[in-house]
Amino acid sequence: MNISTGFEAGRLTLYLSGELDHHEAKKAMQTIEELLDEYMPRDCALNMAELSFMDSSGIAIIIKVSRRMRTMGGRTWIENPARQPQRVIDASGIDRLVPVAISR
Amino acid sequence: MKELNYIKLEFPSKSSNEGFARSAAAAFAAQLDPTMEEMGDIRTAVSEAVTNAIVHAYPDSIGRISMRLRILEGDTLEISIRDWGRGIENVQQAMEPLYTTGGEERSGMGFTIMGSFMDKLKVRSVPDKGTTVTMQKYICPRYRHR
Repeated sequence: MNISTGFEAGRLTLYLSGELDHHEAKKAMQTIEELLDEYMPRDCALNMAELSFMDSSGIAIIIKVSRRMRTMGGRTWIENPARQPQRVIDASGIDRLVPVAISR
Repeated sequence: MKELNYIKLEFPSKSSNEGFARSAAAAFAAQLDPTMEEMGDIRTAVSEAVTNAIVHAYPDSIGRISMRLRILEGDTLEISIRDWGRGIENVQQAMEPLYTTGGEERSGMGFTIMGSFMDKLKVRSVPDKGTTVTMQKYICPRYRHR
C-alpha cells in the first residue's frame, strides 16, 4: 500500500492506494502518525478512491486517526471510498463515527 | 450438499500470507463467476478469518493455518479456515462487534464483517486445540454470453 499527501488551508488529505490489511497496517499507521506530526493539520481527510482493498485493519486505522485528530480539536472524514472499502465501512458502521464525503 | 470441487492450502501464520490467501480464494471462487462485489466480499471474509488465526491463534509463535474451499451443489462456496492454536474461550463474546483482545491495532469488527459478507458463519473452537471458521456464500448465477 502507498500513502501520498495533499495539504491545503490546514487540511491534510491522505491518499491511500493499494491494499490495506493487517500485514500493511502497522507500517501505514506509523507513516500516518509521522505525517500528522509533520503537518499538524486542523482537519484530516482519508481519501480511499484508489484503495483497492481494505479489511477491518483499515477500520482500526480510521478510528485511531479520528481519535488523534479529536484530541487536537480537529475533524476526520473518509473521502470517496472505492467500492470494496465502502462495503467494509457500511458493514462496520464506522460512518456513524467518522463521516464519509463523496465528491465525484 | 454435494461437493463439486475443492482446494486445500496450508501455510504458516505469517502476515505476508494474508494477501496470498485472499487472492488464492478469489482465484478458486472465479469458477462460480461471481460479481465484482461478491468477489470483494469473499476476499474480505478470508482476510478477516486468516488475520484472526495469525493474531489470536498464534500470538507469539508461527503455526499452521489450513484453508479449504469447496464448491457445493446449488452455487454455494464454502470457506473453512482452520488453525491448531490456542483457541477461543468464549466464542459468543469474541463475535460481538467491537470486542477485541488485539489492542489498538485491531477494531473488533472481523466477525461482524465475515457475518455480513457471507450467508452462513460458524465458529468451532476448543481452548488449546484450535479454531475452525466455516463460512458459506451463495453466488447468484448470472446470464453467461456464449
